[in-house]
Amino acid sequence: MNQFIYKPGEHPDLPPPSNTVGPIAWVRANLLSSPTNIVLSVLSIWFLYEIIPATLEWAFLDAAFTGESRDECRAKAGGACWAFIGERFNLFTYGFYPADERWRIDLTFFLLCLALIPVLWDRCPLRKFGLYFACAFPFIAGWLLLGGFGLTPVDTDEFGGFMLTLVIGVTGISFSLPIGILLALGRQSNLPIVRVFSVGFIEFFRGVPLITLLFVASTMLNYFLPKGTTFDLLLRVLIMVTLFASAYMAEVIRGGLQALPRGQYEAADAMGLKYWTSMRLIILPQALKISIPGIVNTFIGLYKDTTLVIIIGLLDPLGVGRASLADTKWTGLSNEMYLFVAIFFFISCFGMSRYSLYLEKKLATGHER
Amino acid sequence: MLKSIKIAAIATALSVAGFSANAATLDDVQARGELNCVVTTGLAGFAAPDDNGRWDGFDVEFCRAVAAAVLGDGEKVKFVPSTGKTRFTLLNSGEGDILFRNTTETMSRDADLKLTFLPVNYYDGQGFLIRANMGIGSASELNGASVCIQTGTTTELNLADYFRANGMSYEPVNIETNEEGIANYSGNRCDVYTTDASGLASTRAALDDPSAHVILPEIISKEPLGGAVRHGDDQWADIGKWVVNAIINAEELGITQANVGQMCASAGDNPSINRLCGTEGDAGSWIGLDNKWAVRAIETVGNYGEIFERHIGPNTPLALERGLNAQWKDGGILYAAPIR
Repeated sequence: MNQFIYKPGEHPDLPPPSNTVGPIAWVRANLLSSPTNIVLSVLSIWFLYEIIPATLEWAFLDAAFTGESRDECRAKAGGACWAFIGERFNLFTYGFYPADERWRIDLTFFLLCLALIPVLWDRCPLRKFGLYFACAFPFIAGWLLLGGFGLTPVDTDEFGGFMLTLVIGVTGISFSLPIGILLALGRQSNLPIVRVFSVGFIEFFRGVPLITLLFVASTMLNYFLPKGTTFDLLLRVLIMVTLFASAYMAEVIRGGLQALPRGQYEAADAMGLKYWTSMRLIILPQALKISIPGIVNTFIGLYKDTTLVIIIGLLDPLGVGRASLADTKWTGLSNEMYLFVAIFFFISCFGMSRYSLYLEKKLATGHER
Repeated sequence: MLKSIKIAAIATALSVAGFSANAATLDDVQARGELNCVVTTGLAGFAAPDDNGRWDGFDVEFCRAVAAAVLGDGEKVKFVPSTGKTRFTLLNSGEGDILFRNTTETMSRDADLKLTFLPVNYYDGQGFLIRANMGIGSASELNGASVCIQTGTTTELNLADYFRANGMSYEPVNIETNEEGIANYSGNRCDVYTTDASGLASTRAALDDPSAHVILPEIISKEPLGGAVRHGDDQWADIGKWVVNAIINAEELGITQANVGQMCASAGDNPSINRLCGTEGDAGSWIGLDNKWAVRAIETVGNYGEIFERHIGPNTPLALERGLNAQWKDGGILYAAPIR
């Protein structure tokens, strides 16, 4: 029996015509579909051809991965000197934290990841306990990093590098969201005192550059505090960064609140819900969902702004890098240093941005246009 | 920029009101058990953290010497990194006890910013670094050049003065740190890099092909670099002053890190050495310390010549000659007041 004879309605799907699939078709459809497209494709390919081999050559093929100084690198290879990053990796990661105590930072970082899982992932097993742990985490982290109660105390001026960025970034992010929500609600409040306070706070902190706030935190506060009071510099910075981010956060969330149809508020009132109940159950879940891109935007901005602390003498990765370049062994390797720090920031910020996309998709309930 | 200057000015004004009444920095430091020393965020040879995060450099050694004299341990220093713009505010606000940040002593800083300068520990002068292929042999041919210049420094003012005095114009490219200067200059964003000659030597050494760059012969300014403390505590200023003097005198008297223990073990024939060692007289009590203050400083960092050789001398990448910074007996102008 001929295998190509089928009963009516049972004919299998034929493969698409050969000129619409495969690499050649893809190239024709995507790269060569019109004269403009052809020109752009050729230009792009030429551009990539110019930069990719040179970059690969510099970064990998002709790079030195070991060595004790820039001169040793130069003797081995003409490209990048990654030995610089390798030799200074601990300094970039832990700052000036005492070498014997660095396990505490590793442990804190591990616990941070552990605390973030239940917060970020709602189908995490035992999520309830995880959330309790997340609430306790700041205290555990503070104890581990600062010491005391059985651990060797470490001064905050020994903090530096990536751990400093994470300390400032994570603290700023986790505290600015709740404070921002309260300020946004306060700004819409019917109570004049609350409203005036919120508006004043937001406008003041948005109206002043972060550098100025940091400068005030680092030097001016000393003039106003009683002589002899020591108020930890890092704590001052954390407070300023948090307040600054909160003001921005409040405005982002206010945008979300105003985007909600008036009917939602009225419906909540009609149900007889009290203010806080209606906020918690009806208004905020919707407002926050709308605000996710703006909130994450603020987070990323805050995270990158942590590099400004170099102004007041705290050495974040960029500060550590700059100071490292002043070591006569390594001067002149700024490309390697900036690239390394850029990769670190890119990974962190890209991670945040992907997570916000995931959240938006998960929470999408058909409102997107 | 303007804002930070204003803040600095306000801060300075406030500091006069706030701090001149309170002295006794020595008591604060001893109670704290740690010396807060303002240094740069990084300048090759003068101050930078090494691979293990330990600060090291010419200026850093002076911090350690003061800590050794005051606290008995050169490691009990907390380094406060500062940029050109924040250094004096950090000192005046009390964040730092003493400043060693290759800072030029000028009248306005001394009198207007209310600082007390310690003896000069490095005589410098401002020069120009330029690409050899530009074919320029003298600073007087720099009309119209773009110049990388650190803001908030005396070099910025000297540059303006020099070009104005010679009827030339320039295009400033403002940078914050020396490292940024190297990056901008090697990235061709400016024709000329100007800073103190010591800085230029290290910058040139750090470039990919040092022979393609020349340092022009003109030195356009006097830059006496020294430590500083804030006004209002003369005893503390004296401590800083005499620690620096002791280190310079030690070289003149032939006392080194290696032989200080032996030379100072008991009173010898040379009264100058005896007084520095504390085996004769009681110089220590005049500045509120014990008599072994200078011995501790020298045991920790060595004498001036040793510090110079370790960090910026001919055998280091900076390869600076002693020049003006030689002892007065050797043709330089280092002439420390005697300890007596």
